Order: sequence, then structure tokens, then C-alpha cells
Amino acid sequence: MSAFLKLLARNRLALAGGVVLSVVVLLAIITPLLPLADPNVTNTAARFTKPFSEGALLGTDHLGRDLLSRLMWGTRLSLAVGFAAAVVAATLGAAIGIIAGYYGGRTDNLIMRGVDLLMAFPYILLALAIVAALGPGLFNALIAVAAVNVPFFARNIRGITVGIAHKEFVDAAKLAGLTHRQIILKEILPNVVPVIVIAMSTTIGWMILETAGLSFLGLGSQPPQADLGSMLGEARSAMIANPHTSVVPGVMILIIVMSINLLGDGVRDALDPRLKSGALSRPMAATRVERSGDIPETEGKGLLELQNLQTQFHVGNRIYKAVGGVSLNVEKGECLGIIGESGSGKSVTALSVMGLVASPPGVITGGAVRYEGEDLVGAPYGRLRDMRGRNVAYIFQDPLATLHPLYRVGDQLIEAIRAHRPISEAEGRTKAIELLKSVRIPNPEKRVSDYPHEMSGGMRQRVGIAMALANDPDVIIADEPTTALDVTVQAQILSLLDELRRSRGLAIVFITHDFGVVAQLCDRVAVMYGGRIVEEGPTTDILDRPAHPYTARLMACVPELGGGKRRLEAIPGLPPAVDRLPQGCAFAARCDRVQESCQAADVPLGGEGLHAVRCLFPFTSPQEAAE
Amino acid sequence: MTYALKLTDLSKTFPVGRRLFGKPKASVKAVQPLSLTVAKGETLGIVGESGCGKSTLARMLVGLLEPTTGEIEIDGEALDNADPAAFGKRIQYVFQDPISSLNPRRTIRQIMESPLIHLHGMDKAARDKRIKEIFDSVNLRHEFLDRYPHEFSGGQAQRIGIARALAAEAKTLILDEPVSALDVSVQAQVLNLLADLKTELDLTYLFISHDLAVVEAVSDRIAVLYFGSVVEVGPAEEVFANPRHPYTRLLAESAPVVGRALSAPEAKESELPDPLNPPSGCAFAARCPNAQAKCREMAPELTDHGAAQVACFFPVGAD
Amino acid sequence: MTGYILKRLLSAIPVLFGITVIVFLIMALIPGDPATAILGSYATPENVEKLNRDLGLDKPLVTQYVIWLGNMLTGDFGTSFALNRPVLDEVLERFNATLVLAGTAFVLCSVLGIAAGVISASRQYGFADKAITFSVLIGISIPSFFLGMMMILVFSVNLRWFPVSGMWPIYGDRDLPALISHLTMPALALAVVATGVVARLSRSAMLEVLRQDFIRTARAKGVHERRVIWRHALKVAMVSIIPVLGIQAGFVLSGAVYIEMVFQWPGVGRMLVDAILKRDILLVQGGVVFVAACYVFFNIVVDVLQSLLDPRIKT
Repeated sequence: MSAFLKLLARNRLALAGGVVLSVVVLLAIITPLLPLADPNVTNTAARFTKPFSEGALLGTDHLGRDLLSRLMWGTRLSLAVGFAAAVVAATLGAAIGIIAGYYGGRTDNLIMRGVDLLMAFPYILLALAIVAALGPGLFNALIAVAAVNVPFFARNIRGITVGIAHKEFVDAAKLAGLTHRQIILKEILPNVVPVIVIAMSTTIGWMILETAGLSFLGLGSQPPQADLGSMLGEARSAMIANPHTSVVPGVMILIIVMSINLLGDGVRDALDPRLKSGALSRPMAATRVERSGDIPETEGKGLLELQNLQTQFHVGNRIYKAVGGVSLNVEKGECLGIIGESGSGKSVTALSVMGLVASPPGVITGGAVRYEGEDLVGAPYGRLRDMRGRNVAYIFQDPLATLHPLYRVGDQLIEAIRAHRPISEAEGRTKAIELLKSVRIPNPEKRVSDYPHEMSGGMRQRVGIAMALANDPDVIIADEPTTALDVTVQAQILSLLDELRRSRGLAIVFITHDFGVVAQLCDRVAVMYGGRIVEEGPTTDILDRPAHPYTARLMACVPELGGGKRRLEAIPGLPPAVDRLPQGCAFAARCDRVQESCQAADVPLGGEGLHAVRCLFPFTSPQEAAE
Repeated sequence: MTYALKLTDLSKTFPVGRRLFGKPKASVKAVQPLSLTVAKGETLGIVGESGCGKSTLARMLVGLLEPTTGEIEIDGEALDNADPAAFGKRIQYVFQDPISSLNPRRTIRQIMESPLIHLHGMDKAARDKRIKEIFDSVNLRHEFLDRYPHEFSGGQAQRIGIARALAAEAKTLILDEPVSALDVSVQAQVLNLLADLKTELDLTYLFISHDLAVVEAVSDRIAVLYFGSVVEVGPAEEVFANPRHPYTRLLAESAPVVGRALSAPEAKESELPDPLNPPSGCAFAARCPNAQAKCREMAPELTDHGAAQVACFFPVGAD
Repeated sequence: MTGYILKRLLSAIPVLFGITVIVFLIMALIPGDPATAILGSYATPENVEKLNRDLGLDKPLVTQYVIWLGNMLTGDFGTSFALNRPVLDEVLERFNATLVLAGTAFVLCSVLGIAAGVISASRQYGFADKAITFSVLIGISIPSFFLGMMMILVFSVNLRWFPVSGMWPIYGDRDLPALISHLTMPALALAVVATGVVARLSRSAMLEVLRQDFIRTARAKGVHERRVIWRHALKVAMVSIIPVLGIQAGFVLSGAVYIEMVFQWPGVGRMLVDAILKRDILLVQGGVVFVAACYVFFNIVVDVLQSLLDPRIKT
């Protein structure tokens, strides 16, 4: 709760709205105690007194009544009615929504048809019909406004409830013996309440507008009692000669509703966990670059060369060093594997190459990425865009999420080509079919006009590969391309990639967490931990003679098919959080060979020949590593 | 002999295209009638690829889904009313996603207390004592009890999920992909914990996973599921080492293994059968290199082949 | 496609039926009898009874409903006692005026709202975003009737740019320029709130979409950022914007009631308010049913558009 208030207060606009609203509400509450004139006493002799006159600060209306007094009493009434309508609508709507969403099936179906039916009216027709039936009056207007808003709440809350009711913790509660009523009250409701509060805080202003509107039409509060809406309504006929009688209540409504909306937005932002983590920021076209320090000179190693690359995530005042100085290179026709657990920085390294790290919050803070010697970090967007897909192409993990859901796969392929060279529609189609054929999609002439959702996971990933091949790139970066796939499909995709690289001389950077995949596909492998490379070398070398304790233990703790039932060699502890990396070796806390010097200072990447290792006490023989 | 778990002709059919009244437009058989037994103290592994019905099966076993046909016997007693509370005392579930299986708005203590209150009606003192015992056995610190789920890593959250399942004092646990959401270095910790608990508390496991190597490492017996049916069941050390069903062989050959050359064991680009329009006969026939006319006409039943049972007319290595 | 449209049209039948039931039931709630309301409190009991009989109000509720529905199906919505004119004629004439006003406002709010939302999202936290967000905030906070009044004060009374009220000049030709000059202010006043809502929603829908993986894919292909935003992202965002446009159409129709009052626009909203104040029940019933039915068909059009956009919707 206090965290919520703190977040709310940090939002300056929301704070301003809150302050204004509090003042208005406070004044409305103490109105009866204030030394105001009687709002309903008429004095026709003093009609339309201008504002700031003696005895009538805001002037008087067409019957000579004190406007300030009427304004305060009207505000009181409008606030009360708007708030009451919101509470009634939210309570009823939420109850209906939760029941429909939780029980689902026929109950849901029947309730939601009723709700849809009510929503089939433009809402004011329903409100007008209700007022017509019950007769004009403020209380009846309240009923009408509440009633027409119930369906909106019900539909919104139902959607949220359906999502929650399918969560696994609800199943767990069922298995813990809770009844439906207990589950709704204890498991569902606490998760729905924030949404109800958000919905209420963002609609309460709207409710005040609506009740004011009905009063404006003469269907709400009846004379001599007046809320802000009926004050406006009465003032309308005198608007041209005496605009102050209209301006006073109108501005008050604007102030109230605006402050409520500001506060409501603040409440929503503070309660919505996605907004809290800054996840609703839009990623820019290219990753932000803020390089400090020297840009390393090219060493001319390989087609694609990463030099001391550093990429960070800046979230609030926390800095996550996702990639903490990675140097890698890949040659034409070579396959380099990058292996690591989640949070090791392997994907961020790959995305940094073409500036595809989501930014905000990502920032490239140091190092260089060189393609044929040219530094791409900090290259202008136009240059980067030109190289994306043409020189360096990507294949991503989840093929359903990475293909555009509303374009046919053929059009997506053609677009990939057209991004780099003009090509006619017919030519594009031929080329698209050719590409699909090259990734061995059966029946490509027909498949080319499929939408992604009409294909299986394996077929979609083939499309992803075809798209990467569209412009004959030299480097393909594959970010866990088979992780979301079934094992039989994975085997097909892997062998396809292997064949393509051999036939086309592609350089592949393959990111994975699976040693089996690395062993089968990659020539060289780099092992990442805590944002840095801890070991790198020829695949067979590393698999046979791991030198870093992390590599050795990681391989030992993954069961391998054919090993039979056995106990696994677990690594104790957790990988380090990259916003709180320890001094020295990041693995030290989990390592059984740790010595004092490991945590004293940064451990450099050492080793001999092609086999590099970031460890002060590496294994020197395979026997040692196996123990 | 009473089994920890005995399934007879269990099946589940889902309606597709619900109408307000009357019959649905079509139906999908997620699980074909299947019979399986799990002995007390045994770990039965269930493997299969996405869409093979393994999660549907698991949810039926704990009463979260009502079976369309068939019977579930737990410890010799039939339970077929799909009441999770009745199942809860005998059989519990460990979920795949450890974070979403814990209610974000409740403390770990509240989460742990639920089964103790609702299944066992324990008073406060008894509950505190029991929770501490369980937490000790899963190596979790007692101060975690007053925290909220989002403060835990995946591995810790999965331990809490396991602790909750243990709190119900059920002797059989359904482990539905319990480590697939975890990092490899944490996977081993959780798998070892599960193994320790099993010996300590005399538990029976049904271990569901898509990861062949993990299943092989933890199971006594393994059942292979394809398109809602068991195609092969046998001792863990044999199923993948010596597969008899062509599908099992395909799975075993597809798994990436260090030291084995990369190959696509299946040359054809094939897809799963359409569940709305299932093929007659063996569901695997369209992908099977050994398929013959008979396979497309009638579905094979599970029959004994040595230590294993295989649902295939022409099992691998039988000729 | 034709099949889908047909299916949606068929599914409108129960909705339309439900609408008539709801309207009928609400009207049946009216305390006292309408005859007294029509004839006034000085009417003799005999006259009241006769009128009740003439209106069929002495029959059971279900019979009354069936008669009313049957008449409506043959195009007979009854006769407005206050105007002494067939309800349908009056409603049709008035609805035309409303359609001109609300239609213009709807087009304005859709185009401006979506454009503002997309620009706002693609410049998140930039100056354009802040300016749009602030304008939108004022837009959704100001009562449209107050805004209309202020516009009259400023643009008609003081600047004399536009006529004060009405749809046509009292003297002069009823041509397009005349209509436009009368229409500009009410349409703008009416569009303001809806534009705000659409802009807000478009902004958040775009932000949601821009974070998705397929946007990264498009960028990784080398697609130009302009195309990424206005084609890739907007197309998917439209999937969530279009249903809201359907709802907004209802809000525009609703807001038209206030605007018609302020600008003396001869639309169906003003007719309804007058009818309610005069307790002209048949006119209220007929007007509500007619407008609601039009709205139902409008939403079918929205659904069809949605299914054209999104192939994942089964047609």
C-alpha cells in the first residue's frame, strides 16, 4: 500500500490532480459549514450580477441567486451522484463479470449475451429510456447512469477473471480443497480488485459528466435544487448576454473531471505491474548507443567481429550489465555456438550486433561490432537498416510470435526482399516460392499464401529461415531457433541449417542452452556466464576437455539420453543477478575450487591457443574435470 | 496387488464450437481410451510432443477435468467424480510454471496453509508445525513464509510448489513438466530434491515431460504418448535404448546427443494428424517408414513385447 | 465471406428482439397510466379509460407487446400524440439530421484519434506525445455541451465565423456550403471527446504492439521504420482499435443528444428529450428502438471489417 502511494506521489501530474481533487472534495464536504448565502433564495432585483461584485463573489444567476453558493452546493451534489453511480456500477458489474468469467460455459454465455444486448444500445438511449420510465429526477438519473455502465464493467472484469481463472494457482486451490465460493473470494477477488479500482478511477470522471449531462437536458436534478449540469442547462438561455453564469459551472466540471482523470491515470500506472517495470516503453528503431572510452581498433579477425561489447539495461536507477565486455568473431562458412543459461547475456549479445536490443531500456555502452572491419555500433540508422537482413539476418526463437500475424507468409518474404531492392510483385512471388522450396516446405505454391497461424510450428520456423535467407546474407544469427519446437521438428530444422550453411558458405552464430545441439552443429563454442565469456574454443575441445569449472559442471548437470536412471550433479546456488555482479569471478560463489584470489580482482580471459578460459584455476585434464 | 494409480479406459473428448443449447458442432479426442498402472513407490515417466494429450491426462488424474469415459483408481479406491478436493488428499499436482502456480497476492504461508485447513482441518499450532517440517524437507528457509511469490526465483518457487503438494499428504504426485521452465543448472537441483523426497516419504510419481533425457534419468518405467494414445510403455533403461515403436525410435534418434552426427531421422516434412479429422487406423501411419495397408485400416492395441508393451503391428526389431 | 455476413445478420435477429423487449419492459415500468399523462390531470375518468382502450393498454402485458411488435414489423410505430404525426416519419426525418452530425463527428474522431495515437506512441515521451496526451486529457474531461456553448460564444457571437445554431439557414439556400458552415462547430464539439478516447486507446494499443517480437523481426529484415509503424504495427493495433470504434460510434450518437440541444440541431436526440419531457411514450419507444436497431447494424459492419482485417477470425 505504501509502495503504491509512493509510486502515485512520484507521478507529478497525478499528484497535482490529487491535490486539486482533495481541495474540491474537502470544500464540498464542508459546504454546509461555510458562510454562504442560501443557494435557493431568489432576488430578481439582483439578476445577473457580474462576478467579483460586492456580496456575490461569482455574481448571481437569472433569478438573482448567489452563484458561488449554488456552485458549492452543486459541486457537492455532482460529486456525490457521480461517485455513487461509479460505486454502484463497479460493484454490480464486477460481481456479474467475476461470476461469468469464473464459471464459464453456459453461465458465462447467458450472462454475456445479456450484457451484449445492453451494449447494443448507444448508452444514452438506455439512460433516456430509464429516465423516461422513472421520470426526471436526480436519483433516477443516478440509477440510469449506473445501469448503463454496468455492462462495461461486467465485460471488462469478466475478461480479467477468465485470464485469472485459467491460471495454475486456481487449479492448485481446487486441489487444496477450496470451494468455488472460497476460490472466488480468496484467490480471484484479490487479483481482480486492482483492475476494478483502475476501471473505477478511470470512469468516475465520465460518470460525473454523464449525470451532469442528464441534468443539463433537464432530466436530472429538478429546480430549485441544482447540480453543476442543471446550472449549465439553466444558464444556457442567457449564455450570450451573461456568459459568466455558464462559465462558472462549466469550468468547475472541467476542473473536477480533469483532476479525477489525472489521478485516475496515476492510479492505473501505479497499480499496473507492467507499467511499473517500464515494460510499456516502446522500443526504438535502433538500440541507443552511449559509448564511453576508446573504440577498439579492428584486429581484422573474421567477417563479423565483436570487440569488448558492452550492453546494459537502465531501469530506474538500476543498471543491469547484461553484456559485460564480449569479444567474439565468426568466419565465413563457420558456425559459432554461444551457450549459456537465461540471464547469461547470450541473446543480448546477438541482438546488439544489429542494434535490435529493445531500447529503452537497452543501451550499448562500449566496445565495437565490426562487419568487414566497419564499426556498426553508433552507425547511423540508415546504414544499420540497410545492413539488416542484407548482410546480417536473424532467426528468432518463437516462430509464432516473430512472424506478423496478419500478413501472408509470401508477402512477408517479398517484403524482406523489397526492403533492400525493388522487385515486381510477380517476381517477388516467384522468389518467395523459391525460398520456401529452399527450406523444404512441401507444396510451396500453395503455402506461399498461408497465414502464419495456418502453419505448424516447424513450418513457421522454416518460413523464418527462408526470410533470413531472402537477401543472401553472409551472417545468420539464430537465437534459440529450436527451443520452442518439438524434438522431432528440432532435428529437421537443425539439419536444414547445417546443410544451408555448407551449401551457401554462411557464417552462423547459434545461440542455445543445449550442449547436444552445440555438439552437433557448431565448429566453435563460447560459454557465457554473468554477461561474459568464461570459456571459448573448438567445440570438441571444450566438450572433451572443459577447463572452466562452470562449463564442466553445467555439462555434468544436464542429463543426456542413454545415461539411464541416475542422480545428477547439481550446481548449488543461483546464477548472479547482472545488476549486482560480484567482484572477481561471477561463478566464485557456486564454485568448489574457489580461492581467495578468485574474488579479489577481475579475472582475465586466458588460456592457450584457440582454447580460452576465464579462470585462475582451470582444469588441466579431462579426468580432473570429470571428478 | 493395489496400485498407487490405476487407469482403465480413460479418455477425454473436448467439444469444439460450443452452442448455447444443444450439441457442439464437433469434438476432439484429446486422450483416446488408455489404461495404465503405476505401482506404489514407482516413477512412471510420460513423454510426448506438444499436442499429444499429456497435460489433459494429468489434469484428469487429479480431478481438474472430468474424464469422458473410464475409471481412475487411486490406492485401490475408485475416484470418478472429478472433485479436486476429494482427489487432493490422495494425489497432488506440481505445475509447470512455478510462478503462475502461486497466487501473487497471497503470502507463502497463506498458500501453504490452504491444503492444511481445507483438506485436513488443522488448527493454527498444528499447521505451523507441519509447514516447518515440510519446509525443512524441501530445504527452504522458514523466513520465506511471510514473503510474496514474486520475490522468489523459478527454482525456489518450484520448491514452494512441491512443498504445497506435500502439505496435502498425498502419496502420489503428478509432476507436469516440473523443471522445463527452469534453467539447466537449477533443473538438476529440483530433480535431485524430488528423488530425495521420494525415498524419504515413500512417494509415487507420474513424471510428465517432453525432455527425453530428463524422463529417462528419473523414471523407472516410461510411457510414450502419441496423438492421445500410449504407443509404447516399458522399463526406462530400455525404451529409448532399444525402442520398439517406430515413433519411439524417431524420438530417440531426434534427440540431440553429444558425439552423434547431425541427421534428420525423418526425411519427409510431416505434420501431426488433424485432431478434428483423425485418421483411421494407426495415427502414426502417415509418418511411419514401416507402415503397411493394415496400419491405415485399424488401430493397433498395446501388446507385450519382452519387458515392454507396444501398440504396433510391425514393431522395430521384431522380424 | 458472404456466409459470415449472413451469419452476423442472422445473429442480429435475437439482439433486435431483445432490444424491443427491454424497451417495452422499461416503458411498462412507468408509474400511473400514460393516458393520464397524455390527457393531463384534468381528464375525466371516462376519457382516460377510452384512451387506454384505444391504446390497447387494458390488455395483458404480453398481448400488448405482441401487438406493438407486430405493428412495428409492418412499419407502424404508432402516432405521436404531441406532434400528431406518425412516429416513424418523425423519427426518420430527425434521424437523417443526426446521421449527418454524428457521421461527420465519427469520421473526424476515427481519423484524428488514430493518427494522434500513432504519432503519440511512435514519439513516446517526446514533445508531440506530451502535447497530444495533454490535449487528449482536456478533451476527455470537458463536457461536450459546455464546449459547444463556449464555441458558440467565441466563434459565433464574437468572431461571427459560424452561425449560432440550427442545421440550415432560416432564409437562403439549403446547399452544401450552408450545411458545412452550420455543421462545423457541432461536429467538432461532438468529436472532441471521442477523439480523445480513440487517441488514448490507439496510443496504448500501438505501444503494446510495438513491443512484440514480430516488430523486431520486421526491423531485423531491414524494413524502414516508417513502414514498421504505419503498416506492421498499426495493422495489428487496428485489431483492438476497430471494436472500440464500434463502441465509440455509440458514444458519438449519445453525445449527439447534448450537442443537438446546444446547437438546436433538429436531430433525433433533441426529439427524444422533448418527447420524454412531454411523456410522449410512443415517440420515445419508437425512436429508441429505431436508433438502437441502426446501431446494431453498424456494429455488424464493424465486425465484418474486423474479420477482413484479421484472418484469424473464423469466417
